[in-house]
Amino acid sequence: MKCKACGQKAVVNLKQHKLALCKEHYLNWIPQQTARFIKKYWMFGPDEKVLVAVSGGKDSLSLWDILVGLGYQADGLYLSLGIDGGFGYSAESRRLTEKFAAERGLKLHVVDIEKEYGSSIPVLADLTTRGQGRPCSVCGLAKRHEMNRIAHDLGYDVLATGHNLDDEAAVLFGNTIMWSGEYLLRQAPVLPEHDGLARKVKPLCRFYEKEMAAYAMLRGIEYIYEECPFSVGSTSIAYKELLNRLENDRPGAKLSFYLNFLEARKNGLFAEDVKKTEQPLFNCPTCGQPTMYEGHCSFCRMIAKSQAAGNES
Amino acid sequence: MTVKLVLRGKEYEVKPGMTLLDSLKKINVLPEGVLATCNGEMILEDEILKDGVVVKLIAVISGGSR
Repeated sequence: MKCKACGQKAVVNLKQHKLALCKEHYLNWIPQQTARFIKKYWMFGPDEKVLVAVSGGKDSLSLWDILVGLGYQADGLYLSLGIDGGFGYSAESRRLTEKFAAERGLKLHVVDIEKEYGSSIPVLADLTTRGQGRPCSVCGLAKRHEMNRIAHDLGYDVLATGHNLDDEAAVLFGNTIMWSGEYLLRQAPVLPEHDGLARKVKPLCRFYEKEMAAYAMLRGIEYIYEECPFSVGSTSIAYKELLNRLENDRPGAKLSFYLNFLEARKNGLFAEDVKKTEQPLFNCPTCGQPTMYEGHCSFCRMIAKSQAAGNES
Repeated sequence: MTVKLVLRGKEYEVKPGMTLLDSLKKINVLPEGVLATCNGEMILEDEILKDGVVVKLIAVISGGSR
């Protein structure tokens, strides 16, 4: 197969775009497309400060690499979760993230959850009995809270995450089969800032996971190949595998699923619950972050519960 | 006279002369879920696998089956 741009041997074949590219043209194409998506969805402007949430994985490190290459003022935020999984998952992902930042002279903020709040994510999950044996809901809550806190405290305009199209399509699939209207309404490439919540953007939301793995490999980005040990066997992985079987039979199916959803959403297929949109947000008396209900936010309640449980034992 | 494919430490053997796509079908691996490299270079599904080559398959789904 030949590169469509230069006729040299292609190393990637993007069937959904009917486009094969060589290494050189692929490494140009990905940033060009990212820049196009940033503009198309009004994610952020050239003068805005971007905080990239980095995990040490292929997507987030590639996103950081792309944004810096495009000339954006992009710093990294790494949350150390204290997950071991028998192979030092957090320690290794942190080492790779710090190495990536150091080699490129980039600014990286590191928040160690255990040092900051007294317990690692798995311990917090145990102490608070949240998540039915998996710490994923505790992890999600802590990440949302901490990413918003750091973005706000350090004056970033926007928080960027490395979600790719497979991530988005899997979430969309899960929400669709459950008819979770409220979640469908909130799924978008950009979540605007409001009431103390930072703007969140997903510049990679139209790239397949395989495309991002290819980008990381061709760019020589060293990333953690092993994923979080708690994600093995998760529903989202099952959905990704299912959607890949569909993609195998119908190239472009994942992209159409996601893009047609965005179009339907834009055209008003999903109606906003008026009562909820008019509902004001409150500020948590401990951390000051916005919360749906009066009193402490979910995160601060979780930390308080873990500290009480820790004192009892 | 074999071609070796390695995925997550597990080795599979197929006959030489097949394309990568046919080899993946033979070992029941979805092409969408893996990147294939041979001698450190990425290869595509139409690549004909010659005798003796070792193809390293890199799973791209985060946290997929092991």
